[in-house]
Amino acid sequence: MTAMTTEWIEIGRLDDIPRAGARVVKTPADCIAVFRTEDDRVYALNDRCPHKGGPLSQGIVHGTSVTCPLHNWVFDLASGAAQGADEGQVATYPVTVRDGVLLIAGARLPAAEE
Amino acid sequence: MTTKKKLVVIGAGMASGRLLETLLDAAPGAYDITLFGAEPRGNYNRIMLSPMLAGDKAYEDIVTHDAAWYAEQGIVCRFGEAVTRIDRDAKTVTSAGGETPYDKLVIATGSAPFIIPVAGRDLPGVRAFRDLDDVEAMIEAAGRPGARAVVIGGGLLGLEAAAALRSRGMEVVVLHLMGHLMERQLDPAAGHLLRKELEGRGITVHTQAQTKAILGNERVEAVLLDDGTVYPADLVVMAVGIRPETRLAVDAGLEVERGILIDDQTLTSDPDILAVGECVEHQNVCYGLVAPLYTMANVAAKTLLGETAAFRPLETATQLKVTGVNLYSAGDFADGEDREEIVLRDAASGIYKRLVLKENRIVGAVLYGEAADGPWFFDHIRNRTDISEMRETLIFGQSFQGGAPLDPMAAVAALPDEAEICGCNGVCKGRIVGAIREKGLTTLDDVRAHTKASASCGTCTGLVEQVMQATLGDAFTPQAVKPMCGCTPLGHDEVRRLIRAKELKSIPAVMQELEWRSSGGCAKCRPALNYYLVCDWPDEYADDYQSRFVNERVHANIQKDGTYSVVPRMWGGMTSAKELRAIADVVDKFDIPAVKVTGGQRIDMLGIRKEDLPAVWEDLGKAGFVSGHAYAKGLRTVKTCVGSDWCRFGTQDSTGLGIAIEKFMWGSWTPAKVKMAVSGCPRNCAEATCKDVGVICVDSGFEIHFAGAAGLDIKGTEVLGHVVSAEEALRHIAALVQMYREQGHYLERIYKWAKRIGLDEIRRQIMDDAARREAYYQRFVFSQQFAQVDPWSERVSGKDKHEFNPLAILELEAAQ
Ligand code: SRM
Ligand SMILES: Cc1cc2nc3c(=O)[nH]c(=O)nc-3n(C[C@H](O)[C@H](O)[C@H](O)COP(=O)(O)OP(=O)(O)OC[C@H]3O[C@@H](n4cnc5c(N)ncnc54)[C@H](O)[C@@H]3O)c2cc1C
Ligand code: SF4
Ligand code: FES
Repeated sequence: MTAMTTEWIEIGRLDDIPRAGARVVKTPADCIAVFRTEDDRVYALNDRCPHKGGPLSQGIVHGTSVTCPLHNWVFDLASGAAQGADEGQVATYPVTVRDGVLLIAGARLPAAEE
Repeated sequence: MTTKKKLVVIGAGMASGRLLETLLDAAPGAYDITLFGAEPRGNYNRIMLSPMLAGDKAYEDIVTHDAAWYAEQGIVCRFGEAVTRIDRDAKTVTSAGGETPYDKLVIATGSAPFIIPVAGRDLPGVRAFRDLDDVEAMIEAAGRPGARAVVIGGGLLGLEAAAALRSRGMEVVVLHLMGHLMERQLDPAAGHLLRKELEGRGITVHTQAQTKAILGNERVEAVLLDDGTVYPADLVVMAVGIRPETRLAVDAGLEVERGILIDDQTLTSDPDILAVGECVEHQNVCYGLVAPLYTMANVAAKTLLGETAAFRPLETATQLKVTGVNLYSAGDFADGEDREEIVLRDAASGIYKRLVLKENRIVGAVLYGEAADGPWFFDHIRNRTDISEMRETLIFGQSFQGGAPLDPMAAVAALPDEAEICGCNGVCKGRIVGAIREKGLTTLDDVRAHTKASASCGTCTGLVEQVMQATLGDAFTPQAVKPMCGCTPLGHDEVRRLIRAKELKSIPAVMQELEWRSSGGCAKCRPALNYYLVCDWPDEYADDYQSRFVNERVHANIQKDGTYSVVPRMWGGMTSAKELRAIADVVDKFDIPAVKVTGGQRIDMLGIRKEDLPAVWEDLGKAGFVSGHAYAKGLRTVKTCVGSDWCRFGTQDSTGLGIAIEKFMWGSWTPAKVKMAVSGCPRNCAEATCKDVGVICVDSGFEIHFAGAAGLDIKGTEVLGHVVSAEEALRHIAALVQMYREQGHYLERIYKWAKRIGLDEIRRQIMDDAARREAYYQRFVFSQQFAQVDPWSERVSGKDKHEFNPLAILELEAAQ
């Protein structure tokens, strides 16, 4: 397992995600929402809203924020922190794009935590 | 005398050119230098290929080092001779002329244009835009009368090529994969301005264009897109990006990621080999502009001389070199949590400026239309200037700094009487002040009525109010328009009016022309704008799904556990054994946990996993079901009672009319949901008198009701009027709904809209004014052509596949 700590795992292509949209990556532990902003930056967050578990991947993406589809809490994609008056924090994961390929940091995935 | 060390340089381009100048300046005799270049010529200013293509420069004007210079410096030039191999053990490079030994080697191979791998890319007439040969070929192609060019790529290079070819008289089409031009530098609003400018020059711009193939027999004849569009072409220019040219380094076993890895001294993983220019990667960055590469070349020269110098990551600034277009972008202007933006939009003069701030420092700047302050902002980015002192006026640029911060009121008060306030109607400040004083005007509406100021496009409303404030002082209270959201001071009405008046047909166009304060809107305004555009331009507007709430994006209702519910239409509440059997089969097959009869006379299947939705719809579709739009700001249900078909009191065929209305009106998008009902007699078993629109059948015909509510508020309906035939009832209802569609604020139900507009006004327009009613009706019919597509069957046939499948499923092994 130690050999894997810096491994980037391929999860698809940037173009698989619509701009200002998100897709879900399923892992054995949890679902991860991978977001693509209007200007092609990518972020990965745990797909569970800390409020009542809403799937953040289904929210409207605006700028670098997403609005939860269930009760409209807004989260910053970079930090995973709830914005405005709401308090809450979502786990974030490193993702990157190389030659159009989306990579997620294997070591930091929920299953590997513990 | 000891023999001099041998320096071999691969690539006679801009970076190595600067390196040689610096090296020879500092220590003319330090090395015996051999310079290899794949191009059959020495170094020239590659940047100037764009002006050369446009005819503003000749090749002689852009040569930086001529034969005389190389001779003077004693450099052995091997132009037209590409290096094919580096042997690090023997310390030699191989080329057509044999082997050449080195003590120190510099790799400066630049980058190679990226050619998209489609059929036909090798046909004659397909060119990149990288070197002099490309430009000469393009100039030749442009010389043929009536020649047509297709430029693939709407970034800096592509647009410079397109503008230059257009100025040479070619018909030019730009194909761009993304939603707007230069998306790496510009946000959608600025991209919209640029597009308008280019279209004004006669260039066709096709965004979201996926090239499928380049067609032709002997040479290129046309370009085919995924969507079936074909553009005839005599010349195709590929300008979709560049790749660091690293092949030699890879073969030689040097460390290479995207580019050849170098350290701060520009050394590669081999201490005798340096690399500079676009072929390198330094701290995860590959540069594609000359300014940082020149700095890098200076460092390399010092390293070769044994001096200490270090290359550090640099901010870069770009400017589009198209005559008449002012566009400047510098630094990093993506937004983020710890960042703030200042956006200035002046729609009238086509100006857009955006500054991105982080901890009181400018980190990025995009300027369009007026770019003179670019270098000034860039300076602040590089110097990390603390701008808190000048924050208020920062965006206005250098000339506004130094004095006291600008107070907008003081600025307006200081305007001379002749200053024009309302551009549309040519009203100057003096007229407004005069009218206020002479006629004792106190409200904006009065001023509009008497002077026409701000009575047309309305963008000067703020200014007019400031003039009133300056004139009336505390006696003036500005009209309380509730802004749509924090992104704009404009209210819904104003936005809807301006969308029509200015013929705005996309969200970025609205945001630019109406001077949105944020760069990409928010979760409140985006769905509203999307609806307004769908409503106003049904045939032209491309629905922006990313601006819709998830339910309308995936055509099902999200539930509290993230599963979905599915409600098919049961027209007028009627169903059959076949339909019920199909539903039962679907429930069994997909193990659907709950089935419920809704309050809207149909069946809801709850708890369906998102991945299963298309398959569920496919089975329902086979039984003839279409989406019930239970999720839509659109027509929901038309409840009916059994009516004259069965009921002993029924006066008309209420079921039939309900079905006819639902079949005619389904699929239409409305400001908020619309629910209807038709009851066969005044006993009203379909509860028509608490709906958005209801019909009570009577012996003499049909009584149309509207503006009821039975949700958050409870309110009985109002009577719209009485009509004799079912056909008339349908036309009146469609006209009423169209009027609401055109005037309603997003999320405003009919009863609230009616209260705002006035019941009598609505009755007058729909019942009394036949011409107007007919016009509303026709507009509704027109828009239904585009709206009545069953979203479920569309998705069963593959639309928006990405919505329903996970991007990836990581198994245990992969995730560990
Ligand atoms: C399924 C259903 C309840 C039922 O089990 O019967 C229902 C379920 C929901 N209603 Fe309703 N309403 C249902 C009939 C009604 C009715 C009765 C009717 O239509 O005759 C009303 C009162 C009439 C009205 O609309 O004013 C009603 C007034 C509301 C309201 C309050 C609207 C208002 O402006 O006052 C909401 C909230 C909203 O829309 O913002 C709402 C919202 C909802 C939502 C969509 C909540 C949400 O946003 O997720 C529920 C979705 C559950 C789902 O996934 O199906 N539902 N809801 C009914 C579906 C009817 C259909 O076949 O399409
Ligand atoms: C049309 C155009 C417009 C541009 N406009 C701007 C601008 O406005 N602003 C800006 O900052 N930048 C601009 N650029 C980018 C700028 O020109 C480059 O960043 C710069 O030229 C890179 O310098 P370089 O020395 O790394 O590569 P190059 O200048 O490309 O030189 C590399 C040389 O190496 C040669 N070579 C490659 N492989 C071998 C080999 N195996 N053997 C021998 N020789 C080899 C190549 O033929 C080439 O001549 C523009 C580029 C183009 C094409
Ligand atoms: S009444 Fe409330 S809980 Fe019941 S379906 Fe409607 S919105 Fe949901
Ligand atoms: S679950 Fe996300 S806001 Fe309630």
